[in-house]
Amino acid sequence: MALVGKQTWEFTNGVYVQSTGTAVGPTEKEGPLSGTFDFSFNNLHCDEENWELAERALMRKAIQICIDKSGKTTDDIDVFLAGDLLNQNITANFMARELQRPFLCLFGACSTSMETTGVAASLIDNGYANSALAATSSHNSTAERQYRYPTEYGGQKPDSATFTVTGSGCLLLSREVTSIKVKYATIGTVQDLGIKNPYDMGSAMAPAAAYTIVQHFKDTNSMPHDYDLIVTGDLSTVGAPICRQLVKDEGYDVSKVYDDCGLLIFDREHQKVFSGGSGCGCSAVVTYGHLFQEMNRGTYKRILVVATGALLSPTMIQQKESIPTIAHAVVFEST
Amino acid sequence: MEGKLKDNYKNEIKKYQPKPKVFLNCIRAFIVGGLICLLGEVITKMFIGYFGFTEKNAGNPTIATLVLLSTLLTGIGVYDKIGQYAGAGSAVPVTGFANSMASAAIEHRSEGLVLGVATNMFKLAGSVIVFGVVSAYIVGLIRYAYRVFF
Repeated sequence: MALVGKQTWEFTNGVYVQSTGTAVGPTEKEGPLSGTFDFSFNNLHCDEENWELAERALMRKAIQICIDKSGKTTDDIDVFLAGDLLNQNITANFMARELQRPFLCLFGACSTSMETTGVAASLIDNGYANSALAATSSHNSTAERQYRYPTEYGGQKPDSATFTVTGSGCLLLSREVTSIKVKYATIGTVQDLGIKNPYDMGSAMAPAAAYTIVQHFKDTNSMPHDYDLIVTGDLSTVGAPICRQLVKDEGYDVSKVYDDCGLLIFDREHQKVFSGGSGCGCSAVVTYGHLFQEMNRGTYKRILVVATGALLSPTMIQQKESIPTIAHAVVFEST
Repeated sequence: MEGKLKDNYKNEIKKYQPKPKVFLNCIRAFIVGGLICLLGEVITKMFIGYFGFTEKNAGNPTIATLVLLSTLLTGIGVYDKIGQYAGAGSAVPVTGFANSMASAAIEHRSEGLVLGVATNMFKLAGSVIVFGVVSAYIVGLIRYAYRVFF
């Protein structure tokens, strides 16, 4: 492994995606990417007693599918990296209690998907692990309950709000050559341009995404046309065009290859999801499901996934602080 | 060359943000809020007409009925949808108050009856009570002063 430029890790020894697992809730199942998920629950409770258990069920399912597909067993996993949106990362930590594998818990809000993938890839590339499992999850109701109001509370949300994706994505990385290779990871810095509205996280996160994308281009000496797709995690209808403009201001026009997972996962015409999907689960299930399928089909050869995270805290919002945000990018290549 | 978006970020991004639908929301709030009040009026008339209440004391059973209805609608997952449509129209009437309590109670049921339901029930409604009592106290004082001096 080598540090390229200022913030980018190049995985020089070959890190490959062995298998992936995705599990989602009912709203995601009704969306346009329905057929790309490995498993979907038909109720938001995921057949569990409470929301927190429901989210854990999602992650358990995703991990189970991922391990099953790889043909390995849990014992073969050298390190497990996971994170979610909840206080004390309870989904990840309690899942690790079940898995009993060496465990690193990471939190980067909705950027956790690429944070875990990037760190897992670096561990493998350096020989600290032969196979690493990276998982993230989010659940609409656990997120609502923690960051906003009780799920049944009749408050009105503005159109700039996003809809937290109920889903968990998991991937297993190792040195064994497969069809998808992890090439680079660009680690973001925390950006904050003063947005304080927790119902407009697209505006808050766009600068972080733009910063990481531009830094990635500089570090790797690449240009937008070197990618078949540059996709951000959950910038929504508000943040996605802002991000595109911010990147353009720095001299890179990504408009031809740019998209956003939060826009891909739902049909905003027919599903009441405000300005799009959000949450760690959003970029994870879209990337590990839909995008990898398209790579295997040959639609994309090289993609840059920029998971965007609003490091939001309800307490800090009430103390009138603005929202710090971060984005981590990972390059996946077809082999 | 034009300035960069990030130089004046908060102002420059306004063109990307959806405009708050103030007028439409007012109309919706007016209609739904009005309908809830109309329902209250019908219930009051019913209590007066069929159950022997008077104009004066029909208010309490009316409120109790509306609270019951709102709690039921919260429980079956409908009130939050009404709330998204109606905004203040369904938040301001007593049904909104009942919804804030019932939704918090349902949400925290998993943490037990005492520390979950009972502790969190007033999480949202608490501020309404605090400011309701404080403002009633202040208005009461003003009214008293007015009576004494004029």
